[in-house]
Amino acid sequence: MDLAKVDRIVDKYQGSPAALLPILQDIQAQENWLPREALQRVADKLQVPLTRVYGMATFFRAFSLKPRGKHICTVCMGTACHVRGAPKLVEKIERDMKIRAGETTPDLEFTLETVNCVGACALGPLVILDGTYHGNITSAKLDKVLKGIGRTK
Amino acid sequence: MSEQHPFGAPVTFRIGGRPYEGTYGDSLLETLHRYGYEVPSLCHHEAVSAYGACRLCLVEVVDKRGRHKITTSCNFPVQAGIDVLLDTPDVVRHRRVVLELLLAMAPRSPELRALAAEHDVPGGRLEPDESAEDCILCGLCERVCREVVGANAIAMSARGTAKRMTTPYDAENPACIACGACVYVCPTRCIGLEEADGKRTILRWGRTLPLAVCQQTGRAFTPQFLLEHYAKKLGGLDEKVFRKAPPYR
Ligand code: FES
Ligand code: FES
Repeated sequence: MDLAKVDRIVDKYQGSPAALLPILQDIQAQENWLPREALQRVADKLQVPLTRVYGMATFFRAFSLKPRGKHICTVCMGTACHVRGAPKLVEKIERDMKIRAGETTPDLEFTLETVNCVGACALGPLVILDGTYHGNITSAKLDKVLKGIGRTK
Repeated sequence: MSEQHPFGAPVTFRIGGRPYEGTYGDSLLETLHRYGYEVPSLCHHEAVSAYGACRLCLVEVVDKRGRHKITTSCNFPVQAGIDVLLDTPDVVRHRRVVLELLLAMAPRSPELRALAAEHDVPGGRLEPDESAEDCILCGLCERVCREVVGANAIAMSARGTAKRMTTPYDAENPACIACGACVYVCPTRCIGLEEADGKRTILRWGRTLPLAVCQQTGRAFTPQFLLEHYAKKLGGLDEKVFRKAPPYR
């Protein structure tokens, strides 16, 4: 990541250490993940210990310390979705994309993640692809949805 | 209550029905210890802020209206009119469960085993977590490193079952001065320090630093980097002071 971009974000918050969280959110939004050099730069510029930045970056699910793909597929593994077959969906995607949950394909195109309940249990099982919620999803429907982003195997 | 008693004001409260003097806002655990009462605790140290992580320092507090509640005492403020009950059947029962859980996290720790034996903790109900590294996530090392030493070398990372005490990225952290305060304060002794060939290593954080040699005795005594850290921190001191081990200064 271009560190000048980090500098611009930090400057937007007047280099205030209290703004650590929104700064990380902005970097995450821009890069889709939090590169190590970026975290170090933030720590240096805000003059807070790297341990604090790292602790926060690993605490929230919204942050990723690994590069994430262009497309993000989130399978709900909450109780309701779980009993309606979410694990099978995860397994299927893992098999098709040859990655595990939490991982990204080597071409940085596709990331598979799981969450525990998105609060739409009546629609379970639920898959969220690039921010669009697909409810009552089956294996066949999943294929169709993934075809939409040009990923089926 | 808080309007009548600002923090630091003297208050009277009771321990097991007997009246005692205390200071409003003080740590209840520290006050109990000061009066000679034994309350087991693992994550508290007077030198750092309370954290309430180990849940071992349980007591039963009866408030002015006669309501009972079980609470950790390290982060419970002393206040007027409460009655603090120790070792009630509820406290004993809850403490046993807490110890059982802690022991599963640190199955190899002699300190925890001894505590468990002392409190008649039944064995065998929980499978010990062999990969647990004997850390009970009490956070004492981190608080000492941050609040007392000021090195900020370690952090609690992630959360839930993935929560761990680490250096950032599990890498050797140049902020660590290898002072060993974390090693000293760790209740399960899961950090580890080794000195050999003029070097000190903090095992868990993978930090190795060369030791300075005392000009008086010619013996290695403390990491050179640590001396520089304190010379900077204290400022204005004659740096010759740091060339000798403390007894010869
Ligand atoms: S369990 Fe999936 S939305 Fe609640
Ligand atoms: S000493 Fe109070 S919770 Fe650990």
